[in-house]
Amino acid sequence: MLKQKISAYSILLGDQSLILGQRLGELCGHGPILEVDIAMTNIALDLLGQARLYYQLAAELSDTYEDEDQIAFLRREKDYNNCVLVEMPNGDFGDTIVRQYLFDVYHLMFLNQLKESNEKRLKAIAEKSIKEVRYHLNFSGDWILRLGKGTEVSNQKIQKAVDTLWPYTKELVQSSELETEMHGFGIAPNLADLEDEYYRQVKSKFAEAEIKLPEDKWSQIQGKKGLHSEHFGYLLSDLQYLQRSYPNSKW
Amino acid sequence: MEKKNWPLWEVFLRSRSGLHHVHAGSLHAADSEMALNNARDVYTRRNEGVSIWVIESKNIIANDPSESESFFEPASDKIYRHPTFYEMPNELKHI
Repeated sequence: MLKQKISAYSILLGDQSLILGQRLGELCGHGPILEVDIAMTNIALDLLGQARLYYQLAAELSDTYEDEDQIAFLRREKDYNNCVLVEMPNGDFGDTIVRQYLFDVYHLMFLNQLKESNEKRLKAIAEKSIKEVRYHLNFSGDWILRLGKGTEVSNQKIQKAVDTLWPYTKELVQSSELETEMHGFGIAPNLADLEDEYYRQVKSKFAEAEIKLPEDKWSQIQGKKGLHSEHFGYLLSDLQYLQRSYPNSKW
Repeated sequence: MEKKNWPLWEVFLRSRSGLHHVHAGSLHAADSEMALNNARDVYTRRNEGVSIWVIESKNIIANDPSESESFFEPASDKIYRHPTFYEMPNELKHI
């Protein structure tokens, strides 16, 4: 059933935003300085808003899920299809910014394609989100330059973050079975088309920021299949705690 | 490594219906670009503004509070500077 597949695809997109939003939300009150703390949580709220739109659409089309809350809070680990990159821990500020930047570059390119989708509601979500994500990329890209070209220590830290997170970038631009199928229907972009441009943009920014490119050794590409990192269970237990402990509670 | 606070900046916003920029508050930032980003993130979260000005606080010239007597009091007994001594025609409203 096409409807069920569009629902599953919309959940996959929602998962990317929800999980990254949850990670950034953890920084609320813990940011490096007050101004950046607020900036990070602003981005978290943008992402959370996007996740809601995707989940609302998914719930409307779904035979399995009744509403957005059920999708966000009551699935098991393997039912989440986000890329592993977005679930990686906040670490230090360098880790947070590199994770954000690597996702933002992809995210903006992706949304620019999704707004050509023939599924009208996904197209509308893309059009709304683009404005938000353009700012996210502006923010994280700016910090990549500041940290990369800042002090010796800041350069070392951001280099360490890039080395750690680099293997998780491939998954962003590799289609899962579902995404390939959705592309066949003209609903989803072909992620392979984004790959060259993605790495070109990232590499040119890193060069400018005096960050060395890591070697391509291995890639983590299992998240979209529901196989996540060891960090993910902890993230979900935070995220789901309230709904699991007090089922059907309302804000 | 020397630990220093980033400089302080003052933020001015013009709201959608506002005619001029109004002081909104202050923040810390390393340079003007970051100050503008931070101002956007800290002071326009609830649609407060459509235009932002930032200026490093040290660039604002303020009067010396200890001299406020000579600065402001000479104006306080010159009520004729307010246009309250004209007789207005009854037909004129809203003035």
